[in-house]
Amino acid sequence: MLSMSTNNLSYSDQGGTDSAVEVGQETTPTSSNAGAGFGLFSVDFKKNEDLKEMLESNKESLKLEAMKRVVGLIAKGKNASELFPAVVKNVASKNIELKKLVYVYLVRYAEEQQDLALLSISTFQRALKDPNQLIRASALRVLSSIRVPIIVPIMMLAIKEAASDMSPYVRKTSAHAIQKLYSLDQDQKELLIEVIEKLLKDKSTLVAGSVVMAFEEVCPDRIDLIHKNYRKLCNLLVDVEEWGQVVIISMLTRYARTQFTSPWKEDGVFDEHNERAFYESDEEKTRDETEAKPYMMDPDHRLLLRNTKPLLQSRNTAVVMSVAQLYWHLAPKNEVSIVTKSLVRLLRSHREVQYIVLQNIATMSIQRKGMFEPYMKSFYVRSTDATHIKSLKLEILTSLANEANISTILREFQTYVKSQDKQFAAGTIQAIGRCATNISEVTDTCLNGLVLLLSNRDETVVAESVVVIRKLLQIQPTQHSDIIKHMAKLFDNITVPMARASILWLMGEYCERVPKIAPDVLRKMAKSFTSEEDIVKLQTVNLAAKLYLTNSKQTKLLTQYILNLGKYDQNYDIRDRTRFIRQLIVPNDKNGALSKYAHRILLAPKPAPVLESAYKDRDRYQLGTLSHTINTKASGYLELSDWPAVAPDQSVRNVEVIEPTVKSKPAKSSDDKFYSDSGEEEEKGSGSSSSEDGSSSSSSEGNSSQTSEESDKSSSQSEKSSSESDSEKKERKTKTPLQKKTVKPTAKDWYHTIMEHIFNEESWTYVTKQQHTKTIFVNVINQHSVLQTFSYSHWSTLCVSLFTQLCPLSLAFPLQLSGPAFVPEKSHDLLHRMTGKGLSAQYQFPRQPCLYQPTMVSVQISLTNTTDHPLEQIHIGDRSPTGLNIHCFNTIECLEPEASVTVFMGIDFNDSTQAANFQLCTKEDHFSVSIQPAIGELLLPITMTELDFRKEQGKLLGMNESSATITMAAENMTSQPISRPVATVANLGMVPSSQDNVHRFAGKTANSGAVVLVTVELRGESTALITINTEKSVMGSMLLRDLKLALAQA
Amino acid sequence: MINSLFLINPSGEIFLEKHWKSVVSRSVCDYFLEAKEKALEPEDVPPVIHTPHHYLISIYRDKLFFLSVIQTEVPPLFVIEFLHRVAEMIQDYFGECSETVVKDHMVMVYELLEEMLDNGFPLATESNVLKEMIRPPTILRSVVNTLTGTSNVGDTLLTGQLSTIPWRRAGVRYTNNEAYFDVVEEIDAILDQSGTTVFAEIQGVVEACVKLSGMPDLTLSFMNPRLLDDVSFHPCVRYKLWESERVLSFIPPDGNFTLMTYHVNAQNLVAIPVYVKQSISFFECGSDGRLDVTVGPKQTMGKTVEGVMVTVHLPKTILSINLTATQGSYTYDNGTKVTTLWDIGKLNPQKLPNLRGSLSLQAGAPKPEENPSLNIDLKIQQLAISGLKVNRLDMFGEKYKPFKGVKYITKAGKFQVRT
Repeated sequence: MLSMSTNNLSYSDQGGTDSAVEVGQETTPTSSNAGAGFGLFSVDFKKNEDLKEMLESNKESLKLEAMKRVVGLIAKGKNASELFPAVVKNVASKNIELKKLVYVYLVRYAEEQQDLALLSISTFQRALKDPNQLIRASALRVLSSIRVPIIVPIMMLAIKEAASDMSPYVRKTSAHAIQKLYSLDQDQKELLIEVIEKLLKDKSTLVAGSVVMAFEEVCPDRIDLIHKNYRKLCNLLVDVEEWGQVVIISMLTRYARTQFTSPWKEDGVFDEHNERAFYESDEEKTRDETEAKPYMMDPDHRLLLRNTKPLLQSRNTAVVMSVAQLYWHLAPKNEVSIVTKSLVRLLRSHREVQYIVLQNIATMSIQRKGMFEPYMKSFYVRSTDATHIKSLKLEILTSLANEANISTILREFQTYVKSQDKQFAAGTIQAIGRCATNISEVTDTCLNGLVLLLSNRDETVVAESVVVIRKLLQIQPTQHSDIIKHMAKLFDNITVPMARASILWLMGEYCERVPKIAPDVLRKMAKSFTSEEDIVKLQTVNLAAKLYLTNSKQTKLLTQYILNLGKYDQNYDIRDRTRFIRQLIVPNDKNGALSKYAHRILLAPKPAPVLESAYKDRDRYQLGTLSHTINTKASGYLELSDWPAVAPDQSVRNVEVIEPTVKSKPAKSSDDKFYSDSGEEEEKGSGSSSSEDGSSSSSSEGNSSQTSEESDKSSSQSEKSSSESDSEKKERKTKTPLQKKTVKPTAKDWYHTIMEHIFNEESWTYVTKQQHTKTIFVNVINQHSVLQTFSYSHWSTLCVSLFTQLCPLSLAFPLQLSGPAFVPEKSHDLLHRMTGKGLSAQYQFPRQPCLYQPTMVSVQISLTNTTDHPLEQIHIGDRSPTGLNIHCFNTIECLEPEASVTVFMGIDFNDSTQAANFQLCTKEDHFSVSIQPAIGELLLPITMTELDFRKEQGKLLGMNESSATITMAAENMTSQPISRPVATVANLGMVPSSQDNVHRFAGKTANSGAVVLVTVELRGESTALITINTEKSVMGSMLLRDLKLALAQA
Repeated sequence: MINSLFLINPSGEIFLEKHWKSVVSRSVCDYFLEAKEKALEPEDVPPVIHTPHHYLISIYRDKLFFLSVIQTEVPPLFVIEFLHRVAEMIQDYFGECSETVVKDHMVMVYELLEEMLDNGFPLATESNVLKEMIRPPTILRSVVNTLTGTSNVGDTLLTGQLSTIPWRRAGVRYTNNEAYFDVVEEIDAILDQSGTTVFAEIQGVVEACVKLSGMPDLTLSFMNPRLLDDVSFHPCVRYKLWESERVLSFIPPDGNFTLMTYHVNAQNLVAIPVYVKQSISFFECGSDGRLDVTVGPKQTMGKTVEGVMVTVHLPKTILSINLTATQGSYTYDNGTKVTTLWDIGKLNPQKLPNLRGSLSLQAGAPKPEENPSLNIDLKIQQLAISGLKVNRLDMFGEKYKPFKGVKYITKAGKFQVRT
C-alpha cells in the first residue's frame, strides 16, 4: 500500500511541471496517509519554499544542505524544477561540492527551463578557459549536457577548442560532447565529422575509446576516416581503458570486414574471387598467378587478430565477448577456437552474463560443434540455475550432441526430465526429440525413452512426450507402427487432453498402418465422447472422418454416431466441425463435387515438422550485439558487411609514422605530472622543437640514431598540427558572423548575453591562438615518448644550461644565455618540389643554441616526398664556400611517398649574412640549395641586468654605435609591447628596464660571441629612437635597417 | 549508450532514478514489472527486454533490480558489466548493497552515478578514481563533517583519471607496508546419486590486499604455474610477462582488489573433499516421506573441513518436516522455494553428522517425481585444493621492506549432489 501510493505520487510528479499538480496531490488522502517516511515529501510544496530560502541564504552550509535535499528529490524522481532560479544562482559557487550538485541539477532540468538555463552559460564559458584541465573538462561536460538548442553554436565552438586542448582528458571530454551535440542538432554533422577526424589522429589512449564511440554514433559509414588510424588503434588497443576497448573492437570488426578478403578457406566461392583478383591486378602481381597461392592474409588483418588476443584475458566480460565475436567474424576457421576457453570462463560470472554468453555460444555451437564439445560438461544444468539459463544450456547440449557423446547427453537428459521445474522438463523432452532426429542411431532409443515417459504423472511431461513422439513419427512413419500400437494401449491411462488428442491424430493419420486398432480406439472414444475435452472431441471427429474414408465398412455407424453427438455438442467449434465433416464425407446429391476430393483433403500427405534450434539463423546478426540477443534488428544496429571479393587498396592505411610508439608504463606516470601543470608554463616553453633538436642530436652523437629519428618525426608532426590550428582559426573567424545570424531571429531579452559570449569567445580565440599552437606543439612531443621523462620546461633549461657549460666563454660579466623570447614560424623554401623532382624542403630557424657547436646556428629543415616512390639516402653533399662549417643531419635512408620528415642541422655563418650553399642529395639526384639567414637569426639572446647593460653600452660607443629615429606605426605605439616586433626580427633577450618608454634588448653573435645591445626609446607621439651598440658595426647597421623596417611597418 | 538507470526493489518500487541523456519517463519500467510478475523467481526475469521504443537490460543482485534503459544498439554485456560495477561500487562504498543503504546515501550514490558515466559512456569506473573524487563515508568522517561543515567531495581535483595507471592514486603513504594475497579456490561439482562425480572443476581467484607506499612494482611467481589453464587478470598485470615467463608483474591498485582469476587444468582429477550419503524417499501411498543425510570427509589432505552447510531443495508440496540433527542445527524455510538449511560447522571424522527424520506432504498431493537435490557449502583453511603454491613476491621501485603474506582457502562453489 505504501509503495503504491508513492508510485502514484511520482507518476504525476513526472508529468506535471507546474506546482499546481503537487498542491493537488497534497490534498489527496493517499499522500497524507503516507507514513512518516514520506512525510517529508507529502508536503513538498512548503518544503520547496523552505529550500528556496535556504538556497538564497548566505551560508554555504545551508545552501549545501538544500542542494543535497534537492538532488535527493531528483534521485527519487520527484519534480524540483520550480527551484531552478534559486539553484542556478549558485552555479558560480566556490564550494566544489555545492557546484557539483548544482551541475547535477542543471543537467537534469535545463531542457525544461531553457531560458533560465542560459543564465549559467557564461560561467561555463569562463571555466572553459581555466588553466586547470579538470575544470575545463567539467565545464565542457556540463555545457554539452545542457540540452538547449539555442546554445548549439557555443557548444560547437567549445568542442572545437577542446579538441585541440593540450590535456588529453579535455580532449576525451570533447569527444563525448560531440555525441551530445549531435543528438541535439543533427545539422552539425559535417562540422562534427571534422572534429572527429582530428581527434581520431590523437595518440592518447584516453581519447581513443571516446572518439571511436563518437565516430560510431555520428558517422559510422565514414570508414575512410579510419584508414590512417587503423594501425595506431590496433597498437594502442591494449592500453585503452576497458570500455573503450569494447567500442574500438566492434568498430574494427566492421572495418576489417570491408577491407580484407575472407580468410575462410572452406569457402568455395572465395577461391574464384581470389583468382579473379589476380587477373585484375596490375603487372607486379602477375607473377603470383602461376604459383596459385590460395590466400595470403593482409598483415593489417593479422595485426588486428594478434593485438586483440591478449584481451581475452580481460576481467571485463564485455571485452572478452567482443574479442570472441571479432575472432568469430574475422579469424581463419582454425583460429576461432582460441576464444572457447575464455567464453567458458565467463560462465562462472553473474547470471546475466551467463545468459548473454550462453546465447552467443548457442549460435556458435550450431555452426561449430567442435569448438565447445570438449567443454560439454560446463553446460550441465544445475537445479539452482534460472529457467532461461537452463533452457539455453539445454539448447547448447543439444547442438553439441553427436554419435560419440549422445549416450552421455541422454543420460544427463534423463536427470533433467525428472526436474521439478516442469517447463524445463518439457524443454528437455523437446531436446531429446531434436537429438533423435539429428542422430539416427539413437532415434529408437529416444523413442523408447519417450514412450516410457508417457506414463509420467505430470501432464506437461506426458503431453510434451506425445507431441514429440508424434513429430518423430511424422518424420519417419514407416517403421514405427508398433509405437503407435503401444500408444493406443496406453491411451486409456493417459489423461492429459493434449496428449490424448495427439494420439488420436496419429491414429487417424496412420490408420492404414494400424487397421485393426484404429476402429477400436474410435469405438472407445464414441463411448466416452461426451466426457472428453474439446480438443479431444475435435480429434475424435477427425479420426472418425479419416476412418470413414479408409475403412467405411467397419466404422460407418460409429462415425455417424459420433457426428450425431457432435451435432448437439455445447461447443460451437465442435458443432461446426461436425457439420463440415458430415457434408464432406457423407455423399449426397448437393455437394457431390467436394466429397470426391474428401480423401485428398483429409489424408493429404503432411509435411514433417522440422525440429531445429531457435538459434539456427541468429548468426545473421553480429555476435555479442543487442540485436543478436533479442533476435530482431535493434535501432542503430550496423550491419556487418560481407567480405569484399577483392581487397581494397591496402596502402590507404600507410602512415608517415611507421612505428607508433607504445609507451612503457613507468614512464607514463611522469606525464601526468606534466599535464597537471597549468597553461602558463607553456607560454615560456616556446620553440619546443628546436630545444628538442639540440638534445636529440646530442644523443645521436652518442651513437643512438633511433631517438633522433623519432624526435624528428615528432617535430614534423608538431609542425603540422600547428599549421592545422592556423587554418582552423581562419575558419572560425569566417564562421562567427554566421553564428550571429542564427542567433538573431530568436532574439529575446537575453540576446545581448549571447552576443557578448560570442564576442568573448572570439577575442579570446584571437589572443590565445598563439598559445594554442604551442600547446599542441608541446602536446604532440610529449606524447611522443621521447621526452617522457622530462617535462618541457625542464628541457628548455636543460638545453640552455648545457649550452652554457659547453660555451668556452670567459667574459667579464655573467653572460647568461636565455631561451628565445619568440620564435617566428615563418619557414622559407629551400627546395621547391618542382625543381627538386618531387623532393621539397623548407627551412626555418628554431632559434635555439646549437649543440653541435656553439658557434653554429641551428636550422630546422622539413623534407617532404611528393613523388609516388620512396626517396632513398637523402643527405648533404658538396658545400660552398668550401670553408663553410656545416653539421649535417644523418642520412635519411628512405622517405616514403607522401611522408615528411624534419631534420636539424647546424651552420656556422661566421657572423655574416652570406648565404650558405650546399647540395641536397638523394640516391639519384643532387640539388644545389642555399640558406641565407636574416641578420637577426645570427644572434643568440642573453639575459643581463639593466646595470650590466649600461656598463656594456658604455664600452661600445662611437664607432660601435649606430642609431636612427623612426616614425612608428600607430599600432606599434599603443597596443602591442614593443618587444614583439623586435623579437620577431632578431633573436634577442629582453632586459628589464626601469623606464617605461625605454626598451632594452641584448644578444650576442653566434660565431664570435660579440655583444649586441638594442635600445628602443619611445619619444612623444609616434617617434622612437633605435640605438644599437655592437663591435660588429656591419652587423649593427644591418640590424638597424631591419628593425627600422619592422617598427615602421604599418 | 546507457540512457537511464532505475533501482527497483523486489516489490516493484522504483526508489532511485538517474538519467544521463534526456529524461525517460519511469513508466517504461512497467514492461519490466510486467515481466517480473510473470516470473516465478526474481532470478527468472529475462535480463533483456524489448519494448516498443526502448530496450531494458537489468540485473538482479543483492535483492535489488538494476534496470537500465537503452535506446540504440549496444553490446548487452557492456551494460550488464557496467551495472554490476555499479553494484560493486555501492558495496565498496557503503559496505553492503541494499535498499536501505542506497536510500540512506541517496545523494552520494547519485553523485557517484553522475561521475561514472558521461552521456551514457563509462567515464570513471575504477574505485580508486571514484574514491578520490567522492570520499566514502566513515563514522569518523561523518562526525568531522557535521562538526566542521566539510564535505565528502574531494576538493583536490583528481589525478588518477589522468594517469595511465588509473587504478592507483599517487602519493600513497603507509606506516606499515603490507601486501597480503589470498588464494581462494572453489570446487564446482555435480555428484550423482551414487556419489560419482558427474562434473567437477576448480576455479580459483587471487584476492589481494596491498597497502604499500609509493609506486611499488610487484612480481608474484608460482611454484607450479602449469596448473593454471585459463586466466584473467586485473588490468594492472603485464600480460606479456605472463606469456613469456609465467610470472605476475604489476603495479598494484591501492587496497583490496582481485588480482587474477584462474581455471585449473584438471578435468577429472579434482579431489572432492566430502562425501554425502543420502536417502530421501516418499511413500507411495501415504503423504509421508523420509530423509536421511550423512556427510563425511573424503579427500581433505589432512585438513579439517569447516563451515559445512547442506541446503536441501524440497518439493513444493512439502507441508512440514520433523528432523533431528546429530550435529549443528537446521532451519526450514517455507517460502517460494521450500528449503532446509542444515548448518553443520566443523566436520568431525570420528563422529559423522547425520540429519534424519520425516517429511509430511500436503494432503492429497501426489508423490514427488524427482528427489530433491542437495547443495553443499564447505571451507578448508590453509589448503588450495589444486595444489597451487605461491613461490615468492618481489618488490621493485621502493626501498622499504614490506610485510608479505599468502593465505590459501578452499571453498565449495556450485557443489551439487543429485539424489
